[in-house]
Amino acid sequence: MKQTISFTLNGNSVTVESHPMQPLLYALREDADAPGTKYGCGEGECGACTVILNDELVMSCLVPVVQAEGARVETIEGLANADELHAVQQAFLESGGAQCGICTPGMIMAGVHHLRHPERAPGGVPEALEGNLCRCTGYTRIFTAMKRAKEILSAGGTGS
Amino acid sequence: MPMSGEFKEKILAPLMSISTGKDLKFVGKSILRKEGIDKVTGRARYVDDVKTPGALYGKTLRSSIACGRIKKISFAPNIPWDQFTIVDARDVPYNRVLQIESDQPVLCDGVVLHREEPILLIAHEDPGLVETAIRSITVEYEREPGIFNIGEGRILKQYDIEEGDWKKEFAAAEVVFEGEYKTGAQEHVYIETNGFIACWEDECLTVHGSMQCPYYVHKALKYAFKLQDDQINVVQMTTGGGFGGKEDFPSVLAIHAALLAKKSGRTVRLIYDRAEDMASSTKRHPSISKVRTACTKDGILRAIDFSFHIDGGAYITLSPVVLSRGIVHAFGPYKWPAAKLHAQCFFTNSPPYGAFRGFGAPQSLFAIEAHMTALANHLGMDPAELRRRNFIHRGDTMPTGQVVDEDPNMEALLDRALELSDYKTKRARWKRGGGKGISLSTFMHGTGFTGSGEVYLASRVGIATTKDGGAEVRVSSTEIGQGTETVFPQIAAEALGIDISKVSFRRPETKVVPNSGPTVASRTCSVVGKLVERAAGKLKQRLAGADIRQHYAQHGEAYEEVEYVPRPGLVWDDDKYKGSAYGAYSWCVNVAEVTVDPVTAMPRVDTLTATVDVGTIINPVLAHGQMEGGIAQGIGWATCENVVLKEGLMENHHLTNYVIPTSADAARIVVEFMPSPYSEGAFGSKGVGELPMDGPGPAIVSALNDAMEAKFTHLPLLPEEMLK
Amino acid sequence: MKTNVAELQVCSPRSIDEALQQRRDIPGLTPIAGGTEVLVWLNDAKFAGKTYQSLHGLAKDWRYVRANKDGTLGIGALATYSDVRFHPVVKERYPLLVESARVTGALQIQNRGTPVGNIANGSPAADTVPSLLVYDAKLKLKSLRGERLVDLKDFFTGYRRNVMTSDELITEIVLPPPLFMPAQQHYRKVGTREAQAISKVVFAGARSAAGVRLAWGSLAPTTIRALKTEAALQNGADANAAWEILQREIAPIDDIRSTAEYRRKVARNILFEFLNKLANTL
Ligand SMILES: Cc1cc2nc3c(=O)[nH]c(=O)nc-3n(C[C@H](O)[C@H](O)[C@H](O)COP(=O)(O)OP(=O)(O)OC[C@H]3O[C@@H](n4cnc5c(N)ncnc54)[C@H](O)[C@@H]3O)c2cc1C
Ligand code: FES
Ligand code: FES
Repeated sequence: MKQTISFTLNGNSVTVESHPMQPLLYALREDADAPGTKYGCGEGECGACTVILNDELVMSCLVPVVQAEGARVETIEGLANADELHAVQQAFLESGGAQCGICTPGMIMAGVHHLRHPERAPGGVPEALEGNLCRCTGYTRIFTAMKRAKEILSAGGTGS
Repeated sequence: MPMSGEFKEKILAPLMSISTGKDLKFVGKSILRKEGIDKVTGRARYVDDVKTPGALYGKTLRSSIACGRIKKISFAPNIPWDQFTIVDARDVPYNRVLQIESDQPVLCDGVVLHREEPILLIAHEDPGLVETAIRSITVEYEREPGIFNIGEGRILKQYDIEEGDWKKEFAAAEVVFEGEYKTGAQEHVYIETNGFIACWEDECLTVHGSMQCPYYVHKALKYAFKLQDDQINVVQMTTGGGFGGKEDFPSVLAIHAALLAKKSGRTVRLIYDRAEDMASSTKRHPSISKVRTACTKDGILRAIDFSFHIDGGAYITLSPVVLSRGIVHAFGPYKWPAAKLHAQCFFTNSPPYGAFRGFGAPQSLFAIEAHMTALANHLGMDPAELRRRNFIHRGDTMPTGQVVDEDPNMEALLDRALELSDYKTKRARWKRGGGKGISLSTFMHGTGFTGSGEVYLASRVGIATTKDGGAEVRVSSTEIGQGTETVFPQIAAEALGIDISKVSFRRPETKVVPNSGPTVASRTCSVVGKLVERAAGKLKQRLAGADIRQHYAQHGEAYEEVEYVPRPGLVWDDDKYKGSAYGAYSWCVNVAEVTVDPVTAMPRVDTLTATVDVGTIINPVLAHGQMEGGIAQGIGWATCENVVLKEGLMENHHLTNYVIPTSADAARIVVEFMPSPYSEGAFGSKGVGELPMDGPGPAIVSALNDAMEAKFTHLPLLPEEMLK
Repeated sequence: MKTNVAELQVCSPRSIDEALQQRRDIPGLTPIAGGTEVLVWLNDAKFAGKTYQSLHGLAKDWRYVRANKDGTLGIGALATYSDVRFHPVVKERYPLLVESARVTGALQIQNRGTPVGNIANGSPAADTVPSLLVYDAKLKLKSLRGERLVDLKDFFTGYRRNVMTSDELITEIVLPPPLFMPAQQHYRKVGTREAQAISKVVFAGARSAAGVRLAWGSLAPTTIRALKTEAALQNGADANAAWEILQREIAPIDDIRSTAEYRRKVARNILFEFLNKLANTL
């Protein structure tokens, strides 16, 4: 029983033919042609599938796509504009926050959300990113990247 | 922050740059990761991101017993089996996975030797139906008792070393001290699970996958399908972490995908989910070591008697070489007048253990380093002082027969690590048993393959001019997060004398790149990098100052290839197991500071300080990233990563119950490089990748012992064991 | 995902009435609030049924945290951990709830998961349930037959079993006005690591002239109130005496995450820590 489900993806309206219980992760990757969001576990543990749903950070592997009907979904694909990286992307690039890169899309989405809503993680960056596992970096350079992102933003860089 | 169009390299000199003593333009600079923009924008394509319209989805039926025979396989009637492609052992042209040996079947041929052993493969276009179908197959077995403990089964490999009159030393010793040390298995938890896509066209096979070693996969496919070299193309996709876990294991997967593709005549995707990946893939070899040492009252080491035992699992895979690297590192960075070592790897009915960052060295180094600290405590001496009195120096001979021909400088590394961590003050201030502890480990890691490995590999590296006036590096060394795609162009640009933006890295596929060996053993940057340096030098000579663009326009592509030449004087005797095991070693000191919660005995590693000599640093940001990431894996192995084994199977094969550190657990990691260049490594570099995995374990366990006033000698060391 | 979603049926009610009718008419219907449990089952094809009821269409009715005039607090069935954690009244009056929401999963889980789902799921390791037990929470259960109010402490009947009937839904958690000052309350989660961890032991406790509350997770087949230990403390028992009694109220087990022995020792240490803290604040 596939259904037609519509939502906005990075500002564009998309319609997918998906089973309503299909996790948003697969609807994005397979039906909406947005494979930037990654699978790592399918059970909410790794954060590779992190996206922003109606301004809230979520694991897309745990959201049945029917619950995204009419929602605003933001993924890694929507961050950079035509010729500029988002401050968090730029910072991850400069600081070595991405190694193998598989955790990076989810990690960056969590970072972006944290800069928008720092009040959501009173414990700061380690708390804001605690749902996103990275096996490569030991997090040191990710923390550096988050600091750098704040600098880029306060110097007028791109990012919202 | 421009990003449209081609990647623009930026040299981040102010961010981080390390003086190499020479006037180098690109080496020693934190050039941005070449594929970095793709990774931060989500454009990088991993194997699961590849679109394959019309492809089938594959799935593996696995054994649910550890040892026995398959009696019967039944297919439930509720599934339209006629629509499925089903592959079993009879479909494999030669049912063997070629690694070092070829004892492992591609698919079970009646006999089951471990849990989760592949029995059947199925494929269908509907991935959901494949899931239902795999649960609709039942296998009846005749069970046999399995062997699950080290030392109970057949010996997979054994080595013995005797050097000097160790018996006499022990008999005459003022102090003899012994201990037993154990390390647990460890799961890699690369965040991208294993996966391959296979398709055949006119008897030619192409596989795309996540892997470290394209030519290992190539070799295994050739063997199982009885093909010629040029019938196979192995293409590496962006790979989401490996850490050794994608060294040997992907060969099995690639064969499976290719079998399904062959039988169905379609493209087949075989991508594991996390649970399947964790349950069926290789892990770090568990180990048990017994260490006995003889020394004087003031801590001068006289002799060692080391017995090193590891669990190899059900098939040979890479275990012999894991054992071998373990042995060479078992003696630590110390001078031993006499030594005896007895090392054995055993078969068990566990899934085969495989490569994992450090490759046996973290296990033996845990034993020797935990032992050194215990010995210091026994002697009433500061563990740093005991080590200082025994460090190996240039001119000394290792028990494996290697004469040290470089300056380990362990004293300098130690001094600096103690200073950076304020070791003395903290050690004096923190009372034993007071909940806080500080301790250390001092160690080394050999660069490149062990023994004659590099000679057998005979790696080749190519470099070609490009139309736009640049050069392309062609190697089979893969980018798996460590930075190959960036450091090789740095090396090539430096050697060619052209701008880094002009040098590109060809994504490995075996049809195009020469065999520069596997991406393992801390060999890529240093050993293969040296070949890149040489190839680029050769190309430069050939170009003789000509403008590359013009040269290309006139003569077409100019391509140069070089092959590994053994370093003169570097000899290794396989039979006697003697000689120079490695061309060079990287040296390191770790200091761990821990706090233990008195209510729960939950440990926290507050700070881990590392002083490091890995030779010349080609790219500081990337080198720091390697160190920090490896240290974090070492912290996880020591404190929380507990593989719960039941009949050899990892019972906790979900990320819910096998926990690796999160950002909230992250330790403050302080790394300082103190390079002493190695003439045979690219621009003086030595191995970086594995070294950081070796030291945190023993330093942390020793620090926890101080914090808890305890004498633990194993890892992972869990709160369950520490809470009194 | 190991489940073949094509085999599943899903309904998405638009109104409370529609939801309750579906519950009456369709057997075996599993409700989904945030889905942070249900999708994990589906991913692993474990415990999962074939028919689901996604409650997201009722967000306008049920996603709220409401401070009522009578001093009670209502937490709607679709209120998330984040809704609770950052609610000013909850922060001021129910600190244990804030703390338990903070240590549940990671932010992504807190933004989707619901305290009601935590209760209905019935895991003995549920982190929020002990806090709610300390605050004498009640649950509103609703069906077409009517509405009833059940004490949370009477809700669980065994491992993952409760008093809810198949036509009911939990619509709200009701908290009476608080009895304890913040300094009289204590929360401890002992997980496998600092964040995103399942509890090996979890504790919420409070003590004032109004009474004593000790609530535990992962020490028995359900989350529990240690009623006998509470009574003993009320009657002036000291820490050692209280521990003697508590030992008989708990039944920890060995499992994949920890051992019975560890859980027991930690329970003792936490009890002492809690009583010490109170002694120091008096
Ligand atoms: C990565 C991860 C980490 C987690 N960490 C923690 C943790 O630290 N601590 C913890 O306690 N839990 C944790 N959980 C478990 C889970 O998040 C919580 O139990 C959460 O509260 C479930 O809420 P939900 O709304 O998402 O539940 P759902 O998955 O929607 O439902 C859970 C159960 O409740 C039932 N249900 C939901 N709503 C109703 C209703 N209104 N009436 C009747 N029944 C209903 C469902 O049918 C189902 O049985 C974690 C889960 C994940 C995936
Ligand atoms: S894939 Fe969603 S959290 Fe891992
Ligand atoms: S960069 Fe590899 S997992 Fe984070």
